[in-house]
Amino acid sequence: MKYKDYYQTMGVPRTASADEIKQAYRKLARKFHPDVSKDASAKEKFQAIGEAYAVLKDPEKRLAYDELGKAPEGADVAPPPGWQNNFSTAGAGFDDADLADLFAAFGRGGRGGQARRPAPVRGQDVDISAPVTLEQIHSGGEIEVRANLPESDARGVQHLVSRTFRITIPAGAANGQRLRLAGKGGPGHHGGQPGDLYVALALTPHPLYRLSGRDLYMDLPLAPWETVLGAVVRIPTLDGHVELTVKAASTAGQQLRLAKRGLRGPDGVAGALYAVIVIKVPSQVSDAERALYQQLAELSKFQARANFG
Amino acid sequence: MSMQVTHAVWLNDSAVCSIDHLVEVSGLSLDDISNLVEDGVIAPADASDPGAGFHLAHVLTARQARRLRDDFELDRNGLALALTLLRRIESLEQALHMAQSGHGFGLPMAGDLP
Repeated sequence: MKYKDYYQTMGVPRTASADEIKQAYRKLARKFHPDVSKDASAKEKFQAIGEAYAVLKDPEKRLAYDELGKAPEGADVAPPPGWQNNFSTAGAGFDDADLADLFAAFGRGGRGGQARRPAPVRGQDVDISAPVTLEQIHSGGEIEVRANLPESDARGVQHLVSRTFRITIPAGAANGQRLRLAGKGGPGHHGGQPGDLYVALALTPHPLYRLSGRDLYMDLPLAPWETVLGAVVRIPTLDGHVELTVKAASTAGQQLRLAKRGLRGPDGVAGALYAVIVIKVPSQVSDAERALYQQLAELSKFQARANFG
Repeated sequence: MSMQVTHAVWLNDSAVCSIDHLVEVSGLSLDDISNLVEDGVIAPADASDPGAGFHLAHVLTARQARRLRDDFELDRNGLALALTLLRRIESLEQALHMAQSGHGFGLPMAGDLP
């Protein structure tokens, strides 16, 4: 069994009082709670904090944990004699068991062999995010979602098992939209219902488009002469390529709006696609091109920095 | 690895559920949910018909309420305040994102597409 230093996780000494542990938990919760923190690793950190607090706030669990002694994080530890009487896994080995799973089963064994009457415990809900592409939420379709879900083995000890689900995404789904898979979370105990699996769609960054509501923004690279002379350019949209007319004397940063070429909503109505003009300049030119640029420089009255005074 | 094809329920504003369902999936009590409704955190799908149920999106609100209540030991007023402020932050973040994406006014039109 691998040792986890719950005191270190909570940032308190082993001699900390119950009040000190509670204060430490509140402080850490304010910092890492997934509902309030933007830290990418907040969920993982808060899970570790919650696991540590669940043990240290309970006098009986804390006593049993302290009986393990102190060891380096991740070190193999052997429980003292009689320790396993606390758990429903009494009689089974602890070698591959997780400390958190064991303490979740704490008390179901009963000290001195006098088992408590187990109450039904609902399985834990599991929250995951599923990466989806812009094309997938625009057109809908099936995606595969993989989740590491807790499952109980024959001894009643929980382990994480990788499961894959196939989910149908309706056309017009939104970034961040969530769905619930009833009964696909952690298993219940003693007749309790299984928990649910909650999946949040997480839009992966697109190489071309930036999303704003249902509207899409994309850079439209143009050569200098295309912005001056105007051009008809072929641009990609989510529903195929279209030809776009760029008027003469267009400028960098100008936004060309293509109605109904944005992201489709659940009502079937699509937003707009905005093509933002970006002027690209060749990094290398031939002698002939250089000569033409030189000729243009001599001929043109254009003042690029006229506002400098 | 096994593949499970499963029925998923989208938690959005297009379908409704009963208050009992919110209780079941959130872990809150009926009184807790009623308090959230009274405090304006959760609104019935149809304000004129209390029996119309709640949009399924409120499953997320109710679960968040339960987490915040349990993890921060919030009372009713603290919970309502926290949820209201979180909603406001989400709204401001969305507005900021819109602005950063280049959304503006008076945009030139490219004309009708071919």
